[in-house]
Amino acid sequence: MSTIFEKSVPGRIGYRLPEADVPTEPIESLIPDALLRKEAPNLPESSQIEVVRHYTKLSKMNYGVEDGFYPLGSCTMKYNPKINEDMARLAGFADAHAWQGEELSQGSLHLMYDLGEMLRQTAGMDAITLQPAAGSQGEMVGMMLIRKALEKRGELGKRTKIILPDSAHGTNPASAMICGFEVMETKSNKNGKVDLEAFRANVDDTVAGFMLTNPNTLGLFEEDILEITQIIHDAGGYCYMDGANLNAILGHARPGDMGFDIVHYNLHKTFSTPHGGGGPGSGPVSVVAELAPYLPVPVAVKHDDGTYGLDFDRPDSIGKMQAFHGSFGMLIRAYTYIRMLGSDGLKSVSDHAVLHANYIKERLKDTFNLPYDETCMHEVVFSGRGAVEGAHMTDIAKRLLDYGIHPSSIYFPLIVPEAMMIEPTETVSKEELDEFIDALKAIVKEGKQDVNVLLEAPHTTPVRRLDDVKAAKELILRA
Amino acid sequence: MMHEFIPATDADRQAMLDAIGAASIEELFVGIPDEIKARFESLDLPALTELETRQQLQALASENANPDQYVSFMGGGLYDHDVPSAVGHMLMRQEFLTCYTPYQAELSQGTLTWMFEFQSMVCELTGMEVANSSMYDGASALAEALLMAERVTKKKRFAIAKSINPAHRQVLNTFQWAREYEFIEIPFDPQTGQLDRAAVKQAAQESLAGLIVQSPNFTGVIEELSGLKDMIGDAFLVVSANPMSLGLLAPPGQFGADIVVCEGQALGHAPNFGGPMLGMFATQKQYIRQMPGRLAGQTVDKEGKTGYVMTLQAREQHIRRAKATSNICTNQALLALGTTIYLSLIGKHGLRQQGELNAQKAHYLSRELNAAGIETKFNGPFLNEFVIQVSDPQATKEKLVSKGFLVLGADTLQLCGIDDGLLLTVTEKRTRAELDQLVSALKEA
Ligand SMILES: Cc1ncc(COP(=O)(O)O)c(C=O)c1O
Repeated sequence: MSTIFEKSVPGRIGYRLPEADVPTEPIESLIPDALLRKEAPNLPESSQIEVVRHYTKLSKMNYGVEDGFYPLGSCTMKYNPKINEDMARLAGFADAHAWQGEELSQGSLHLMYDLGEMLRQTAGMDAITLQPAAGSQGEMVGMMLIRKALEKRGELGKRTKIILPDSAHGTNPASAMICGFEVMETKSNKNGKVDLEAFRANVDDTVAGFMLTNPNTLGLFEEDILEITQIIHDAGGYCYMDGANLNAILGHARPGDMGFDIVHYNLHKTFSTPHGGGGPGSGPVSVVAELAPYLPVPVAVKHDDGTYGLDFDRPDSIGKMQAFHGSFGMLIRAYTYIRMLGSDGLKSVSDHAVLHANYIKERLKDTFNLPYDETCMHEVVFSGRGAVEGAHMTDIAKRLLDYGIHPSSIYFPLIVPEAMMIEPTETVSKEELDEFIDALKAIVKEGKQDVNVLLEAPHTTPVRRLDDVKAAKELILRA
Repeated sequence: MMHEFIPATDADRQAMLDAIGAASIEELFVGIPDEIKARFESLDLPALTELETRQQLQALASENANPDQYVSFMGGGLYDHDVPSAVGHMLMRQEFLTCYTPYQAELSQGTLTWMFEFQSMVCELTGMEVANSSMYDGASALAEALLMAERVTKKKRFAIAKSINPAHRQVLNTFQWAREYEFIEIPFDPQTGQLDRAAVKQAAQESLAGLIVQSPNFTGVIEELSGLKDMIGDAFLVVSANPMSLGLLAPPGQFGADIVVCEGQALGHAPNFGGPMLGMFATQKQYIRQMPGRLAGQTVDKEGKTGYVMTLQAREQHIRRAKATSNICTNQALLALGTTIYLSLIGKHGLRQQGELNAQKAHYLSRELNAAGIETKFNGPFLNEFVIQVSDPQATKEKLVSKGFLVLGADTLQLCGIDDGLLLTVTEKRTRAELDQLVSALKEA
């Protein structure tokens, strides 16, 4: 596929600016010549239709949630309702400046406050910030909250360690590290859960906190969670829940009731805001009362007179994480989604996410190795090892592309060799589930007959398998 | 009850439960201890239909200022520029809107190709050698620049211009505390509004990790970047730039910048009450392995056909975990695409025209204000933002709002130590009539 640069023809334009309607002066008389650019940046020169066609063509080389099943584990690729997009583009919201003042922003602030309350209560927590731009920034906020709390307790230099399981997502250790903590991995037991014995041995008076995804990245609920959070609390640490997997427990269980002190939400997973090819997301963080004073500024509040505002007057706050108030456009979408589902609908979301994952598990467990054979939550993790002699998980995934289905996550979590992490979500029909199951079975069958069909896959995509090594060696990163 | 987002019928549920061998869905939640279930309290929120939801959201949106009733002179890092219709329409294509990070490259060539294009355009604008495919916002990109400068120089002391966006400075302060940085504040010249170069020289005596400047700075004044790198030696020169200005102004890379970051919202995005935003991040090739964020690289497929993949992933959290160059995972991809399309439309010469048009209108306004006896606070060069001198900025601002003009509150400029000014921003959307009306309103205020 050629880039827009290659299609450029000198002289063409895709957008015109109006003539100046004010008296003008030569630009050099306004801005000293030394500060002006001498050579135009090499941007494309294309007419509007060419630009539109180029990006239409590019879009056709992608696969979206509306193309078909997208069971990417840990990513919650559910349907992104169309109404979300319309609501986020209402002029009153879209044209608002972040600093236009409380009186002129009542609608935005009202929405932020109400959404905050809904999310906070969904997790059973005491206070919330909507500012983090994504889950990972939420984790960083969480780690900073712990840092602040330790500072207040005079224990900052002493408590240096964040414990997390070996099944944790990569952002967890990376976020802890940026905030100056050491990371200690605690191992999982043969059931895929935190190994309590090993865990206990890791906990001492240097522990600052513990991070856990629950259900964990194997799609299993940590049944010892009350004991785990108790152990951390007894040792003087804080418990952080990575809420990436909240789609499993809506309407059933709340992190606050499990002993967590901090939890982040991925609105781009659980609450239907679109992933956009990698972003934007939104990663609100809710906390127990003890940590509330440390939340980032500003916090959306409701005043006694019923109006809404932004509270900047929080002397113990860790500060700001973003220039403005968070991914407001994403907050609108999440709010829209929650209002359309209501509390019963949210429970139904998790009911079906879990039902679908267990259905897949049951129907594929004779085809693939199931390292942890128990009732799963919203996702199921198989191992592709041994499914087809001579083929890796990646080969099976690539072959699925030929069937017109997006593969699951693969090679995550790291503790399962050749992992295949399937998250169907609630928005898939049984027909699509069956089609996916049948496709995987067919792939294993054809692979057993001729493994090259897998090794050579994909055969039908816009490009065949790409050379990663060449890309990393040559580092051609711009046109 | 059926819901339009959940396809399963009673028959589907029964068939799946039968296959699983469970009597009910509730049974599938056995993993959750009863004690936790017993504590559960429901949100108690009714489900609205699409019609009801739309009515509700429309009512909320109308609680904000009606954009038709106000003329905006607000900027300060969040801008009201025109967005070509083609940008919004292309972003609505579900293949771009709903897909995930391009982990399956063969089915993500659309995303990977525009990432490559975006990186190229950021390099062109900033005059730098490599750019990543986005950060959360301009402020967090700046924070990442500090983290990277620390990694490379192994130092924790930064000289920071007092004239950078105070909201960005607040984000940096958070990292200062979390990473135990030392900040030396570089004042601005009270006449020109430009960086006090003597102060830079002095700060450079202390061994610095970096010097952080913004151009145009928060007061709208364009900085003289030339010579700064020589003053600070091995320390990183980190420049935060308004990318809209970079068709007209010399790119920071030309002056030896080590990292250039931008807030990209001005290129193709509505203000959206401040988010989502678009962080841009560019550096020199020698530092590429220390760089944060995703990168697309060109390669070939097994048949020799050109294609794109994510590359140098060994820097990233999903591979390197606690040793990653950043914790970022989800980024601002869709906004980066919007900016790529915007820049493709406005094109090679259009961005300069855009800068000139903004500058002409802003300079007209400043001339008219001066003629009416309202002074501009600094005499340094500016593009489309400048500070006017007013004795009681809050009162003046309120009077302007009552007449239908939006301007930034005095509190933001106060964070830069200016308590007798108001920041005015002029974009191509402002007409001469609106500029003249603002002059009259300010004369009366
Ligand atoms: C388990 C888990 N934790 C954290 C994250 C990071 O979230 P985000 O991409 O929003 O930063 C992800 C997302 O991929 C995840 O799956």
